[in-house]
Parts: sequence; structure tokens; C-alpha cells
Amino acid sequence: MALLDIKNLSVHFGADERPMRAVDGLDLSIEAGEVVGIVGESGSGKSVTSLALMGLIDAPGRVFADSLTFDGRDLLKMPARERRAMLGRDIAMIFQDPGTTLNPCYTVGDHLVETLAVHEGGSRRALRARALELLQQVEIPDPQSRLAAYPHQLSGGMSQRVMIALAIACNPRLLIADEPTTALDVTVQAQVLDLLLRLQRERGMALMLITHDLGVVAQTAQRVVVMYAGQVMETGSVPAIFKEPQHPYTAALMSALPENNAGRERLQTIPGVVPGAFDRPVGCLLAPRCTFANARCQSEHPALEHTPAGAVRCFYPLVKS
Amino acid sequence: MNTPHTPSSAPDELAVLAPPSPMAELWRDFCRNKGAVFGLALVSTYLLLALFAGFVAPHSPIEQFRDAVLTPPAWEDGGSVKFLLGTDAVGRDMLSRLIFGSRLSLAIGLISVTLSLSLGVVLGLAAAFYGRKVDTAIMRLMDMLLALPSLLLAVAVIAILGPGLANAMYAIAIVRLPAFVRLTRATAIAELQKDYVIASRIAGAGTLRLMFITVLPNCLAPLIVQATLGFSTAILDAAALGFLGLGAQPPTPEWGSMLAGALEFIQRAWWVVSLPGIAILLAVLAFNLMGDGLRDALDPKLKR
Amino acid sequence: MISFILRRLGVLIPTFLGITVLVFALIHLIPGDPVEAMSGERGMEPARYAALMTEFGLDRPLPVQYIDYVFKAAKGDLGNSIVTQEPVLREFLDRFPATFELSLCAMLFAVCLGIPAGVIAALKRNTPIDYGVMGVSLTGYSMPIFWWALLLILFFSVHLGWTPVSGRLAIEFDPARVTGLMLIDSILSGEEGAFLSAVSHLILPTIALGTIPLATLARMTRSAMLEVLGEDYVRAARARGLSPLRVVVRHALRNALIPVITVIGLQVGTLLAGAILTETIFSWPGIGKWMVEAIHRRDYPVVQGGILLSATLVIVVNLLVDVLYGVINPRIRHAR
Repeated sequence: MALLDIKNLSVHFGADERPMRAVDGLDLSIEAGEVVGIVGESGSGKSVTSLALMGLIDAPGRVFADSLTFDGRDLLKMPARERRAMLGRDIAMIFQDPGTTLNPCYTVGDHLVETLAVHEGGSRRALRARALELLQQVEIPDPQSRLAAYPHQLSGGMSQRVMIALAIACNPRLLIADEPTTALDVTVQAQVLDLLLRLQRERGMALMLITHDLGVVAQTAQRVVVMYAGQVMETGSVPAIFKEPQHPYTAALMSALPENNAGRERLQTIPGVVPGAFDRPVGCLLAPRCTFANARCQSEHPALEHTPAGAVRCFYPLVKS
Repeated sequence: MNTPHTPSSAPDELAVLAPPSPMAELWRDFCRNKGAVFGLALVSTYLLLALFAGFVAPHSPIEQFRDAVLTPPAWEDGGSVKFLLGTDAVGRDMLSRLIFGSRLSLAIGLISVTLSLSLGVVLGLAAAFYGRKVDTAIMRLMDMLLALPSLLLAVAVIAILGPGLANAMYAIAIVRLPAFVRLTRATAIAELQKDYVIASRIAGAGTLRLMFITVLPNCLAPLIVQATLGFSTAILDAAALGFLGLGAQPPTPEWGSMLAGALEFIQRAWWVVSLPGIAILLAVLAFNLMGDGLRDALDPKLKR
Repeated sequence: MISFILRRLGVLIPTFLGITVLVFALIHLIPGDPVEAMSGERGMEPARYAALMTEFGLDRPLPVQYIDYVFKAAKGDLGNSIVTQEPVLREFLDRFPATFELSLCAMLFAVCLGIPAGVIAALKRNTPIDYGVMGVSLTGYSMPIFWWALLLILFFSVHLGWTPVSGRLAIEFDPARVTGLMLIDSILSGEEGAFLSAVSHLILPTIALGTIPLATLARMTRSAMLEVLGEDYVRAARARGLSPLRVVVRHALRNALIPVITVIGLQVGTLLAGAILTETIFSWPGIGKWMVEAIHRRDYPVVQGGILLSATLVIVVNLLVDVLYGVINPRIRHAR
């Protein structure tokens, strides 16, 4: 049984009669210890999915799902207090911009001690010792003095390491990393990513890696989910999908990768933008931007069809020529 | 406003209609705020009453009906239709005094705000344009004024000039001055960084032209808001000075001074105590509501 | 931190000197001269006039008079009241505890109600609760407090008979003056009922004086909370499974309080200005009432000294607020 199993998740914002569908009927499952990459452009609903999973979508946003099962228990059916207790303990999350996700009023040590105290308790001395240990595990130099540092005294890479330490503090079984390296300097990105993967392997955590960088997914994930306008377009194992993408959108994303554009004058891009609430197509959501779209794509909405490699949402999946 | 995007009208409608003019857009944003519209309606009412006080008021505000002292309002026992809101301790008609009072309060607001706004804009622009020394001198002076609590400063000014309505207006204008100077200076300095000012300077515009024609119009939005809110504090401070006997002098029908002797009638004649206060409260509230609405409409970024 | 305080003091000194010039000028800007103004309409014999001019040192050149004034003021000599012949500083110090006690109570009242009200409005934003809190606070903010005080008297003292109309204590009590704060002195006196009497005299003035700061704080807290609640670190704190109460108080409110503290500091001026009105209405024997009376009696040394001392008070409190701001805001503490 999967560690995490999301069935038919939708998140709506705005007016009831014409909502903005940030996530639209999403199915997703993650096995224990698995690394799953979630890719898509800005506005494709990747981050909203993770926030919905954490129960962090506030009114006026609305979350619907048939089930959100974690470790055999439906998150939607449990009392709020119990669900909250799982956050940070069983499911942890790190965010995109480490500069703003640490509270400027508290030291690094305060953050770690607070999280440990809430979930595990223990004497202050023991908690501080644990905090120190965590800083060592995320390879922060001079951890003893960093405990007393305030967030504004840390660099971006350092802050993200602290966020990672906070996330792994209670040995979660699922770590959601929402664009964990996007806001960092290029030189630090690889270090932080390596750290995340090492911790994932050592602890056997499942890792849900949200990114718009297919390259990162290719290096790290076992499985990939390609999202577009709140829906899953294609999913499958990383080697299979990178070898032969079936969905035109996946293919287009790949051909936009810089390494696939060596020798060209301009990068290939996907024209247009992700549709909003008022220009949502009736047919395939990608139809207005898809070079292969025909009349059927314009008028009929394709379902997610299972394939040997995973699943694809397209009437005319690409076949290797 | 937490919605990820604003609902817009359908594209085909947009194609036909020209984009709304800035004034129309401002009006539309302003009307979205119910409180602001209520404030505007109240201000308009006061304005009409003030302009046509002579026609609307049933009596002269200072005529004393000696045989009708402390008549209660018409709906109370012993009230009379002749004096709808009753009379005060010397038999003057409350309603007429309140109506003429709106004329005074609006005039005080208008004059003191105009004074401090115009002086504040000149000083603020000078601080922004004329280098460090002028800037420091002006800002230190404003710090001094700010160190004195508003009413205390007004009282100090009155101590010099002597009590009276006109002096109260000057006092209030001086009290409000630092707010306008600081605001003008801050917005002007922000505008000075922008390319259009540099372009205009390269084109050879003189300092005065830059100050008043190039930069000032772009600083107006916050100043308008501040001026509207300034009306409310001016009315409030003028009433307070009147109440202390340092502003308008009897028998002038100023709302604050109408309350000056009211404490002794508190047990006998509630209308003498409550009505002028309601008039002040509503006027101040109206300008505050309008100012808040204007701020929201003029600057969506300031929306709270 | 020390250098931060010293730097602030460096800016304050010119401001302070400026105020002494202003206050000094006050007496010389009065049409005619002060002695003439004091004598009123009846006039004065020339000999007495000359004697007074010499007594006040008004026959010397202005710069000499100013320097003399500043040096005397630095030693605490602000001249004597014309009416009572008492030193101005002593009269001020006699009355200050009453104003301090009232202002402190008003501020506590405002903080204890205003901050929670602002927090609740922010948490329930765009609900009837929010609109209600904001509507009430805008009304409070627009309130002419001298009228509000009259209404309170009308309702609680006249109509319900719950609280006394004026003064600090019922006349049957006469506690020895120890601290000057009636709440404390009445307990120290051991007189039965004295403390309750002091409390009942304080309630209405506290509400009257505290209303505008209360409204200001509620509005300010709400907007600061709304800003902070949208911050990433609040969402991150929730994502760590912290309870809503802990997120709101320890993570959001702690940060929202930083600007709110500044506003509390700025309210000291509002309180002193409001004290002028409140004390006059409730016959509260503090510095506000003292100064209004002095103006009506043309007791210029008192007006002059009172303004100088009030301004000093505001400046000192603002300095303290700046320092406190540095203490609660780590970014400032380390930056300077």
C-alpha cells in the first residue's frame, strides 16, 4: 500500500459559480522511500497541491477530495488536532524562499527547540542537544554558534539547511520540498539538493520534489508527474518518460531544456501561458498551445489513460517514430 | 483581496468599450467602499447645510428667546414645534446653532487645511530639492513641532496669539504642518529618483518648474488623502479649543464652545450636552471614512 | 546598542534646544510685553512695572535673557508662578503623578483591549466581527473626547450613579502623600474603602482618555497582523504542526507587535494632549488642568515651563521607545 494516496483532489479559489481551479481532479500516490518529482510551469498547481495536502489552504480557497490517505488513514476524516499533530512529525515541508520562511524574531535554536518540543517534548537541555545534532546532520559549519544566530544573519543556503533541519527534526516519512533550490545561488543549489537526497536515502523518507526543472528530476527522482493547469498530464517512471515522452506537453518541456538546445540560436519555448479561470478551454487544456491539436482536442476533454509506463492525458499520445 | 486574479468583463465587451478614464476608475473604486460613500454623503449634507444655513435654519443662531429657556426637543414633554431640537440655557434655538455651527466647522477645516497644506507643500518640496542644509533645518524644525503634543502646541500658539476663532485656525494649521511637510518631502524624494524627472532636468527645466510642474502633480494622491484626514483633525481640535474656551468665543455657534458650559446642565437638559457632540462626531467620522476610502481608491497598494 | 542610543541623543539635543528657543520666544511674542499682559486691563503703576521688568530680567538684551533662561532651566529653575509664587518645577512635580497615574491606566486600558481587538479583527477579516470591530474603532478614533467624557458622566454617574463625577478621591479620605499615585497611597494609608474610592474615581477618566489610543491601537494591530499573517514564516510555522494559538501569538503577534510598540510610544503625545481635556472635565488635579488654568490666568511662567516639561517628556519617551524597538527587533539590535 502506498504511503500517500491522493484521490481526485481539487482546489478552487474565487467565486463559486466560476471558480479558478488551481488543482483539478488530481490523483497521486507516493510509495514509502520513493522520490517523486512533480514538474510544471508556474501556475500549474504544483505548490497548491502540496499546501492542500498539508491542510494549509485558507478560505476563500476550497479543497475537495475523495480521499487523502496517508499511511492508511484518511487525513480528511481525522480531527483537526490529530491531522495537525502529523504535520512536522510524519509529513514535513520545506519552502521555496528560505529568506522569508524563518521567523525573524527567533534564533535558529528557538525554531528547532520549539518544533521538537511540540512533537516530542523533553528537557530543554536535551532538546538543545538534539537541535545541535540536527544542525550537524545538515552540514552547517560551526553549529554551536549558529544555534544563537538570527535568520537575517544567515545566507540563503544556510537558511535552507536550517529549514531542512527543521523538516527532518522528527523523522518524517514524507518530505515535501517545494522548489527547494530555486531561490538559491546556482553554486549552492547542487549542494542543497545533494544534502536532501542523502538525508532521503539515509532515513528512507519519501520525497515529493516540486520543481519546474526537469533536469533536477532526471537526476534525482524515480517517478515523475507532469502537471498542467491543475491536472496531471503524464506520469510514469523517470527513465521511461525521459526516453519517450508520450504527452506533447512533456515533450515540449523537454525540448525547452537548455541541454537539448545545444547549437541552436534560440531556446525552444512553449508559446502562450497556462489558462486562468476565464479562458479555460472546454477541450484539452493544452489545446490552445499544442502544435498537434485538432478539432477533437478543442471540443472534448481527454481522460488520464493508463499506459505501460504510467498514465497520459492525451487523445493522440506521441509514439516513437 | 486574496483572489489570485481579478474578474474582468468578457473580452468582447472590453474590445468595444474604451478603458475607463482615471476619474471614472477612481469613482468606481471609491464607490466599492460603502463606508466611504456614507462619509461622502454626510460631508455633502454638512456642506449643503453650511452653504444654505441662512435659508435652512429656522431662527438666528444668536437670538435669545428669554421665555423659552432650556425648552426640550419637540418630541419630549414640554417641547415645542417652534424649537425642533430644543433651546439652550439662554433660550437660543439648538437646531439653528447646530446648522450655523457646520458652516464654522467646515470653514475652520478648509482654512486651516489650506494653510498647512500650501505651506507644507512648499517646505516639503524645498526640503527635497534644496540640498542637505535646507533639508536638515526644515526637518529639525518639524521634529520640534512634533515633540509637542498636538493640542498642547495649539494651546501654546493660542497663549501667544490670544483666544479666538481665527487664532485657533492658525494654531491648528501649525499643528498639522509637520504631517504635510514630511509627506511631501518623502513622496517628492521618491519621485526624484524616477526617469521622467531626470529626463525633464536634462531637457533644461528650472528647479521651480521641476518642483511644481513636474514633481508635485505626482505627489498629489497621498496629499489629497492627508488633507481629507486633516479636515477631521482640524474639526476635532477646533472643537476641543472651543470647549476649553480658547477657540471660538461666545456667542459664536461653534460646536465645541456650545459644549463648554454644558456640564452644569447634564442633569437637566441632555439635549444641550448630546446634540453638539453628535454633530462633531458625525462630521469627523464622515471625513475619516472619506479619507480611508480615498486612500484605498487612490492607492491599491495601501489597501488594508 | 550604546552607540545607537548615543546617536539618537545626538539628534535629540538640537531638537531640544530648538524647543527651548520656541518656549523662550513664546513669552516674547506676546503682544506688548509679559508684564503688561499679566497686569491685565487695569494697568499698573510705572514704578511697579519697572520693578517687575527688572525682577524678570526683561530689561536685558534678548540673547542674554535666552542664555540665562537655558542655564536656569538646566538647573531646574523654571521661574515662579505669578499666581501662587511657587516654583514652576515644584508645581509640575506635585501634579505630575496624577497625570502619570491617569495616563498609565488609560494606556493599559487601550493596550489590553486594543491589541486583542485588532488581532481578532485580523483573524476574522471580512466577517461581521471584523467590520464591527473596525466600525467601533473608527468611531472611537473620531470621538471628541471631551464630549465622550460628558456622555460617560451622564450615563454612569448621573443616570446609574455608579461612579463619582470628579476628583481623585472621596473627601472623607486623606491618605498621606507617599508616591503621589492615589492607587498606591490609598492602600498605604490603610483607610478602609480608600482604595475602592480611588479606583472608582479613575474609571471614567481612564475610559475617556484611553478611547483614542484604544481605537488607534486596534486599527494598527489589525493591519500589522494582516501583513504578518500573510508571511511565509507563518505558513512554515503551521506546516510544522504548531497549534493555531501558538502560531498566532508566538509567531504572528510577536512580529506584528514591533510596529505596534512604536505606535504605543507615539500615543504618549496623544495622551498628554487628551489629558488637557480629560483633566479639565473630571477636575483631575494633573498637569493638563494646571496648564489650561494657567492660560486663562495668563500665568506665563507656568505655561512656558509646562510646555517645556511636556515636550521633554515626549522626547524622552520617544527615545525609550526607540531603544525598546531595538530590543524587540533583532534586525535593528544587530545592525547598529
